[in-house]
Amino acid sequence: MIELKNIHKSFGDLKVLKGIDLKVKNKEVLSVIGASGSGKSTMLYCINGLEPIQGGSISVDGVVVNDKATDLNKLRQKIGMVFQQWNSFPHLTALENVALAPRVVKGLSKNEAKEIAAKQLAHVGIGDKLDVYPSALSGGQQQRLAIARALAMEPKYMLFDEATSALDPELVGEVLDTMRMLASEGMTMIVVTHEMGFARDVSDRVAFFHEGRVEEIGPAKTVLSSPKSEYLQKFLAKVH
Amino acid sequence: MDYQFLWRPVFKALPELVDAAFLTMQVSIISMIIGLSIGLLLSFGRRSKYFIPRTLSTIWVELARNTPVLFQIFFFYWGLGEFGIFLSSYVAVVTALSFNTAGYMAETFRGGFNAISNTQLQASRSLGMSFLQTQRYIIIPQVLRVVYYPMTNQFIWVILMSSLGMLAGLRELTGETQYFNSRTFRTFEFFAATAVIYYIIAKLVMIAARLLGWKIFKGGKT
Repeated sequence: MIELKNIHKSFGDLKVLKGIDLKVKNKEVLSVIGASGSGKSTMLYCINGLEPIQGGSISVDGVVVNDKATDLNKLRQKIGMVFQQWNSFPHLTALENVALAPRVVKGLSKNEAKEIAAKQLAHVGIGDKLDVYPSALSGGQQQRLAIARALAMEPKYMLFDEATSALDPELVGEVLDTMRMLASEGMTMIVVTHEMGFARDVSDRVAFFHEGRVEEIGPAKTVLSSPKSEYLQKFLAKVH
Repeated sequence: MDYQFLWRPVFKALPELVDAAFLTMQVSIISMIIGLSIGLLLSFGRRSKYFIPRTLSTIWVELARNTPVLFQIFFFYWGLGEFGIFLSSYVAVVTALSFNTAGYMAETFRGGFNAISNTQLQASRSLGMSFLQTQRYIIIPQVLRVVYYPMTNQFIWVILMSSLGMLAGLRELTGETQYFNSRTFRTFEFFAATAVIYYIIAKLVMIAARLLGWKIFKGGKT
């Protein structure tokens, strides 16, 4: 379980998160929606400790992320993350991209790591691209490569930071399909997204962020079809 | 024009000149390796959040890049003597060239690191890789790609700079040439022959670097 209690986060003088409370149960899919600058991406970066917080507490399976004594490298192994700009490693082939972390972090042998990598690449549907460099892959394929790379660490949780926002429209579908597949396999996911269809159909709950706070949260269909918050109503009117 | 070209002394001295050329290469390669390693550390130092490494690195880079190489060689050869530290010609020249190269490479590395997006670091850390693993497997391989050709140029520059070693008494290629010049007075012939040797070395290094670069950087583009 991921638990956020009263999270405060600032960049210099700019307060980005102003007291976020959130619980994500195992096997749950939570979609986070909201305008740019509402703090939803920042929250993801706080969960795996890529960004430090200034107040509150974040725990993942009872391990406190913001505790200085916590081994973040170890914790991050069970929290996969997929980025908006996919961030594939350009100097490595698809197979090497995926095999690297299992080998150097988990200490698997080269062959074991490659086996896992090949399996994960096949799982996301690019099993025929093992020896291709990222520059020769489409955006959608690179994003699926990034998903395979995260999955190779066998994470318990997956964080998606606007995973489809930077993609050409015709490539969004293949990445969403991969995310749907993961959800159906029971992966616990926090998905920051602008894809309202995905939020409605795939997620169990939806949280709407507004100016660094959770303005509204609840079952996906309820929140999206009968929003209580005025801000959410305005937001939904704009994105639809 | 009553100067008569006489090449025989040059041909007779060729084995010694070739030996000296190997010394030139040895000095250059050692200086380059030390300079590169320190340059990498300096580039980290310059971006450090701590005052002392940042300041020391900045002073090093400023001095190395903004004073003549000859002065740097003289400093390590003669200058240190004033403080009771006596370095041999060889050590003084290698030290000076390493000092100089480190300063230049620190700036090249800095540019290289700036060229790598911070998101690469985040992606790597999110997989559980430590800071050092991230540098080793993700950042530095990409930086090396960016700095590879500037690095090649620097290496050729070090080979050519090492000719100043003559002035600290090192019998590298230029020192050896000057030695034969003073014994035979065939000044033009000796220096012309040595210029050709430098040219050949520089060209060979350039071609080798191209081929090597082509081999290691095939495939992925940054």
